[in-house]
Formats: sequence, C-alpha cells, structure tokens
Amino acid sequence: MIHPIPPGTRDVLPDEMRELRRLHLAMIEVFESRGYGEVSTPAIEYDEVLARGDGRTADSAYRFFDERGDLLALRSDMTIPIARLVASRYQGAKTPLRLCYLANAFRAVRPQRGQMREFAQAGVELIGAPAPDGTAEVVDVLEATLDAAGLDRAVIGLGDADLYRQLLSEFGIEGEARDAILGRLAAHDLVGLEVELSELEGIGDEQAATCIALSQLRGGKEVLDEARSLGGAAVERATARLGETFEALEARGVADRVQIDLGLLRDLGYYSGAILEVYDPALGHVLGGGGRYDELLKRFGVDLPAAGFALYLERVHVAQMEEEPAAGGKA
Amino acid sequence: MSVEVAGMGHARGEGPLRIAVPRGALLGGTLDALDAIGIDTSEVRGESRSLIFETEGVTLVTMRPSDVPTYVEAGAADVGITGKDVLLEQHDRVVYELLDLGFGRCRMVLAGRKGDESLGESQRRLGMMRIATKYPRTAERHFEQTGRQVEVIEVKGSVELAPLIGLADGIVDLVATGRTLEENDLEVREEILECTARFVANRVAHKLRAREVDGLTAKLREGLGR
Repeated sequence: MIHPIPPGTRDVLPDEMRELRRLHLAMIEVFESRGYGEVSTPAIEYDEVLARGDGRTADSAYRFFDERGDLLALRSDMTIPIARLVASRYQGAKTPLRLCYLANAFRAVRPQRGQMREFAQAGVELIGAPAPDGTAEVVDVLEATLDAAGLDRAVIGLGDADLYRQLLSEFGIEGEARDAILGRLAAHDLVGLEVELSELEGIGDEQAATCIALSQLRGGKEVLDEARSLGGAAVERATARLGETFEALEARGVADRVQIDLGLLRDLGYYSGAILEVYDPALGHVLGGGGRYDELLKRFGVDLPAAGFALYLERVHVAQMEEEPAAGGKA
Repeated sequence: MSVEVAGMGHARGEGPLRIAVPRGALLGGTLDALDAIGIDTSEVRGESRSLIFETEGVTLVTMRPSDVPTYVEAGAADVGITGKDVLLEQHDRVVYELLDLGFGRCRMVLAGRKGDESLGESQRRLGMMRIATKYPRTAERHFEQTGRQVEVIEVKGSVELAPLIGLADGIVDLVATGRTLEENDLEVREEILECTARFVANRVAHKLRAREVDGLTAKLREGLGR
C-alpha cells in the first residue's frame, strides 16, 4: 500500500541519512570549534511574533489555528526565531553571542528539484558584533564549513543589501515604481529592468544605465573601482562598506574565495549592509546565503548588530556528491 | 568520459560553456545569431540527428524551446535562448534574462471565430469565458489582471480546433503571420503581449563563469547592432 505524503516533503532512508548525519556532524563540529553553541527552537511559533521579524516571509508561510484560536505559523527560517530567542532568553547577556543550529524550516513554495517545502538548514548567528569584523568572522566560519563539507571550490558572493534602495531614493524613485525595479533586479530580468527604467518619468538615461551597469558588476576588488566610476552617493556609500568588509576579510586571510557582486539582492526583508550567497560549480542552485541584519533585533526590543549564514543541508549534500567524481578525475 | 555523464544535469565549473539552442521556429534565428558572433553552427544545420554539438569553445545542446528554462535553471546548460512566451509561461523558473535578441517576433493574442459573439455572450450571460490555450498560466494571468473570469482549458495540439467545434469560446495563442488564424476562420480580438527570443543564463553560471557569460552577452548585443 502506498500512503501519500504532501508534495515538497520526503522520507529519508538509512543510506542517505548516514551521509546527512556525517555532514551535519562535520558542520556542527566547525561551529562548536569556533565557539558557536547549538540551539533548538519550536518549529511552530505565534504568527504575530514571526511577522515582527519580517512581514514579507508571510507570503509563503504555513499557518493554522490552535485550539484557543491563536494563529500559529511554521518557521520559514531560523534567523527570526533566534532573534526572538535572544531577545527573550539572553536579556542583558554579554555580547557577542555565538549561536548555531541545524533545523528544518518550511515554505509553501512550488516544489521542484532543490526546492522542498520542508528543508534542513545549518547555520550560525553572530549577535552583537558589528560590521566589518563581525561580517568577516561569519565569512570565516562559512568557509571553514564549506571546507569541512569537501566543497573547496565553492565561491561566496558578497553584495550590499542597501545599495539599490539607497540608489533609487537618490534618483527620487519611490513607492510602486521602486518595488517594480527592485523586483526586476532581484529576478535579474535585465530586459524587463531596461523597459521599466525607460518608462519611468524623471529618471535620465545616464541614471538608468548606472542601475543596469551596477547590477552586472561582479568579480574581485577591482569592481569596486568600476562601480565608483559610475558615481553617486549611494554607490559611494555601498562601495565604502563593501571595501571595508573586503579589507576585514583580507586581514583574516579569507578573501580569496569571495566574489564581490553588486548585482546581489536577497529576497528576505530583514537584511541590511553586507549580504552573502554561496555557489558551487558542481550545482546549478544556490547553496545558501546570509548577511547582516543590524535592524532585526531592534524589532524584538534589543538593539544589537548581527550577521549570520544558513546553508541548505540537502543541497550541500548534492554538491558534495557531484564534487566526488570531479575530485577523483583530477587525482 | 563517465565523469562527463555523471556531471550532466549540473553546472560544471570547467569545460566549454553549454548553450541551450531551441529547435523549431526559433532555430534559424538562433543559429544566425550564433554565426554572427563566430560560433560554428554548420553541424547543427546539417542532417545530423545528434542533440549535442561540440564546437570550438562552446557546446551547443538542442532541445524544445519550452525545455530551455528547465535545463538552464538546473545548470545542465549554462546559458540558452528561448522565447519570451516560454519564460512567461514558466515564470517561476529562476533564470536570468540577460538580453532581448529581437528575432522570433510574434504576438500572444486572444482570438475568436469571425462574426461569432460567443466570447462576449458567455461573459455576459454565464459570467465567464472558456478559453483554450497551450499557455494556461499566461492566459490566466492576463484575464485576472484585466478583471475577467475565465475557464482555461489546456490543450497540447492545434488550439485553433477548440472554438471551431465548441470546446471553447476563444483561444489564447501565439501568432506570427496570422495565417493559421485566417485559415481557420478565426480573428484576433485582443493583443496580450509581444514576444521575442531572449538570451538567458543560469544563476550560478552567471556568477562563476562571469567573464564568459558577459563576453557572450556583449557579442550578441553587438551582433544586434546596438
């Protein structure tokens, strides 16, 4: 008899589970060795509490009522529950706080390869350590984690979450038009972006060209100079922030695998400043991401700067398997 | 070689860039565009029934246009060319749309039988129209955005048939010259949008093979005379 399970969920059998467990342990070992203590939070929370962190994750959340009529939601990531946990359980604690997790999160997405509705994330949160050193520490841990997973070819994209918000304000673009342009940028729809910009009143050709050119800048430190040559206060501020972060990475000796990417946008609403994305040449999907969310804790009543990353455990596992023959071929 | 097979279905950091080439109506324009930037397409133009063609510097992989987003999203192809109609129908596929190539121009339209009022009558008296299409999601979105209720009927083959024998009140379909509509006694009632061929890239390839992808994009753009 076949008894169905909901789309986007799956069973894990022993052979896979053994490998996942090994990967999990290798990652947690890196986290613990860097002083990050593992925490666990409930999979269900009050919707009201999660929405405090980011109203926009509301889009794809699973919600239901409990017997008292309270609206509950399944967590869609771990960053918001940990922000809640820090605000509640670590009042007045000495900072920085270093926490890590391996936990399942839930999103009501259209399921497909590499995109499940229930998925495991492994990550860290560094709370109370400002940019750029806090960011550099997070990248350092991320690289060590990728190494422990055998993904030494993985690349980390480093961008700035505030760049386009500030750039568009500088151009005087607000409201719906701004959201439309940010949407095109996030989807990396350059054709649509060009159309959107050309239809906008009050934005010159040069400004439109700046916006498009910026979104294509990615590479080493030299892209910061290329960006600066496009001019403007928003670009100046973003490149200064990125430059500082990159210098902090260089100082720690972890800048080699970092690609500066001015086209990077993360779709979660709580990011500010540095944002990260992780790629491996063996996999067509993003392995994970993260960044700074200096304003998030404030929404829970503690004003602390913070940064972190999360890797999709299953995708890391796929990449790990794909990298095996490649490594074997080279040897 | 077994390594190569194991690597299929995923982006690879090395080896020639894989370009997904659409068979069908867009094939000619695609091959012309590739020729114009110095990629040798003579083998693809030949009689060969192969699906994969190795040329100097790049690998051309031929497939149905509607499969291009699937291969590119997964990273099995690094970049590809397909119609905007396909991208709109599969708009939840994460591919980067880098360039409007201009060729393969056609229109997505709502069409009905000449002199037949069943589209309007159904809407007025039954509250909704029945629309047959190969593009159910694009059609649904269009009617939703224009505030009309429809029953979208997905068909795979000649969609013109549906209104002729009473499966639907009208159709949403792609029209290049309009001859097929004419021959079936159908006429355009509404223009929905204009579609052209687009150059798309896998998200990870766009980051990790930035130079090659940017180089191709720039050359294709030049080839368009812009």
